[in-house]
Amino acid sequence: MLRVDALRAIYPELASRIVVTNMGAAPAELFSLGHQPGFFYLEHAMGLASSLGLGIALARPELQVVVVDGDGSVLMNLGTFTTLARYRPPNLVHLIFDNEVLLSVGRSFTTATATGSDLAAIAAAAGVPRTATVSTEEELRQAFAAALAARELAVLVAKVEPVGPASYSMDLHMLENRFQFQRHLAAGRT
Amino acid sequence: MSVSQVNSKIVYDALKACGIRLLSVLPETWLVHLVTLADEDPEMVLVRLAKEEEGVGISAGAHLAGVRSAMLLQNHGFLASVNGIVSLAQLYRIPLLLLVSYRGGFGEEHPWQTEGGGVTEAVLAALRIPYLSLDAPEQVAVRVREAQTLALANLRPVALLLCRGLMWED
Repeated sequence: MLRVDALRAIYPELASRIVVTNMGAAPAELFSLGHQPGFFYLEHAMGLASSLGLGIALARPELQVVVVDGDGSVLMNLGTFTTLARYRPPNLVHLIFDNEVLLSVGRSFTTATATGSDLAAIAAAAGVPRTATVSTEEELRQAFAAALAARELAVLVAKVEPVGPASYSMDLHMLENRFQFQRHLAAGRT
Repeated sequence: MSVSQVNSKIVYDALKACGIRLLSVLPETWLVHLVTLADEDPEMVLVRLAKEEEGVGISAGAHLAGVRSAMLLQNHGFLASVNGIVSLAQLYRIPLLLLVSYRGGFGEEHPWQTEGGGVTEAVLAALRIPYLSLDAPEQVAVRVREAQTLALANLRPVALLLCRGLMWED
């Protein structure tokens, strides 16, 4: 499965929700499918996308938050699973694209998931109530829809090919994105 | 010898007075009363962290979502959070209020605290984070309020150092 195809498969579900991504290929591909004011691309600080999503989910329980993350980023902050599990925000789905490499560095720079570390199992062992690993668009679509409908903290791991977009550039300055996103959240305040 | 309950309450009340409604913490000895106060306050969302850098992400999310927050951490936790502070809070202009227990300064009896104590202010200065010390209870309310005001104006991290004279009763 290509990550861009996986994102396309769930894009209708993402478009109306609050989405926080990590850096690199995933934000570029999501942006190419169509930017929304509720999308925030964390273009640095690897590992903290899920923490930022948790902050939003706890601050605004009425919103549904999706974190789009990668194996390399999550491995830099594995403790996040224990903090997510501790507070179990029912309005947070943590979707991790696992391509088993640090793609923006090069396909030969594998992460520990290439040698068997199982992120869904780690999340489950940390206490995350709903976890799954999927490897096709249809499996992802079903698992993602089920996680959103369940209103239960979920960690979904989608195994994808180590292939990125032709270009990582996005015609959106990170501060423009940040203030647009904040304004969008303020407008939706109940 | 114990952590000052009275002064912890003064710090907590100062945070409440400037609208802080979410606190992320990694407990350490000097912070125990502050953590308990937050835990027992139904108006406060308390997030207990596995590692301090997570708190930078949580506070950033809370800020973008319209909720005022602060981090309670030891200076060694501050040192462990530097990339998050630089690559999230500073890069994305997040008004991050840091309350840092300042271990390893004058009067410190634990050898393991001394190296971190020796570099804390130099690292804050290198990161261009404005900071003030809280070492007397009568300063607390004003300095917390002013730190929050500055953070919201410059959209950057601001730090307050919780010093031995305030937190510890010899």
